[in-house]
Amino acid sequence: MDRRDFLKNVCLFISSGAFVGGLSPEVWAKMIHKDYDPAKHYYGMGIDIDRCIGCGRCMQACKTENDVPDVPYYFRTWVERYVIKTDRSVTVKTISTSLEDPADTFVEKDMLRSFFVPKLCNQCDHPPCVQVCPVGATFKTDDGVILVDEKRCIGCRYCIQACPYGARYLHPKTRVADKCTFCYHRLVRGLLPACVEVCPKQARVFGDMKSIASPLGRFTRMNKTHVLKPSLNTDPKVYYANLDGEVN
Amino acid sequence: MKGFLNKLPEQAIRVIVVFLVLAAGVFVIRQFIIPPEMKEPTLQKLSSMEREADKEVKYAGAQACGPCHEKQHDIKKTGYHRDLSCESCHGAAQKHADNPTDVKPTSPQKRDYCSYCHTYNSSRPTGFPQINPDTHNPRKPCITCHDPHNPKPPQTPRSCTACHAQIERTKAASYHALLGCTVCHSTPEKHKLSPRTVTPTKPDTREFCGKCHDKASPGKGVPAVDMNAHGEKYVCWQCHYPHMLGGI
Repeated sequence: MDRRDFLKNVCLFISSGAFVGGLSPEVWAKMIHKDYDPAKHYYGMGIDIDRCIGCGRCMQACKTENDVPDVPYYFRTWVERYVIKTDRSVTVKTISTSLEDPADTFVEKDMLRSFFVPKLCNQCDHPPCVQVCPVGATFKTDDGVILVDEKRCIGCRYCIQACPYGARYLHPKTRVADKCTFCYHRLVRGLLPACVEVCPKQARVFGDMKSIASPLGRFTRMNKTHVLKPSLNTDPKVYYANLDGEVN
Repeated sequence: MKGFLNKLPEQAIRVIVVFLVLAAGVFVIRQFIIPPEMKEPTLQKLSSMEREADKEVKYAGAQACGPCHEKQHDIKKTGYHRDLSCESCHGAAQKHADNPTDVKPTSPQKRDYCSYCHTYNSSRPTGFPQINPDTHNPRKPCITCHDPHNPKPPQTPRSCTACHAQIERTKAASYHALLGCTVCHSTPEKHKLSPRTVTPTKPDTREFCGKCHDKASPGKGVPAVDMNAHGEKYVCWQCHYPHMLGGI
């Protein structure tokens, strides 16, 4: 190694090793899955409250597809039952995926209105969870999905605290933060997220916001939509139709 | 150069050698051992996305079943369960799609699976077919009467309760409990066969309610008002919900 090479390497050493090994980000992006290009998509979900029957199949399918612990309280997606009484009191309860713990099925006394609200990570455009992560383990992909790098996450739970929608939990086995990924491994293969796949009433609609002809395009065109906690400026990409004002 | 090195004391040369070895070690570790994705955030993101994309797919998707199960697919296409994905009932079937002979998907035979969706629940949208499992042919498996791929009722429902359970229950506790549904709604026979395209009528004039509730009418023990003076520009059901508890 001569002096010139040595100095060159010292310069490279001080700057970063970004292009070492000939792997530029563009080349790497192509390796995610076959010819899938994240920059060409931008995903969102629509949920029609008037269609949800509260069967909990989405919750079960999500647990199966993503190996979420099969006990209550660990959910990537869940369904809340709202009961509003004539005295305007609101009761909210997450429904169960098993029939052993049945929801109260009778007409409740003094019930004004009642409905189910499916919830999941809102895949915010301005995600608070990404801001607070001290090690940069959670990030937004080019196709608009918020992911957690399991290898980098230190399990400090900041993001769980920061999420205004309660969409994250600490995985009891891996001890890192876990959340809905819109079934990212299915998206790259052109499949729908598992919850959308099994929903018997098409209460969940999934699509690409960059394409006008996607089911989500029609959903946002035909419905008056709303997002959860709009005042927080998180810009969620999960849109609700026929949402009640009591839902937060 | 050589003269300069000779002039240096030996301990200085040793220090220089040690320093050079350390520097070379750091250089090798940084350039060749630490993977590039740990040094460059863009690459870290991409490698995490790659890992996420590599996860195992468990639900094969709605397109996968049709080509082999043509018969069931065609029956389902015409029935009420047409929008239901096969995997909503049969469970995740990617393994079955990969290896059709050795891995078989589940097929729910018992009563309880159907009741995830069809047990009466006051929070479910009205018009969604719901039953009370305690009174609706107890203990009989649903599939003895209903073909799950085309779940028509075995005989046309005799009463409105079969589908409109929620209205029936509220009405039963209201002042209108003794009135049959057909007193106010004239129902074409065809409504039973195609409920969404042929719909029953709803009273659309004030005079209809006036038949009992006008002061001039001869009804006994019925609350009566002067139809000319009371809520003139409104149709009665804009304020009074006829099925509601207490009939307010």
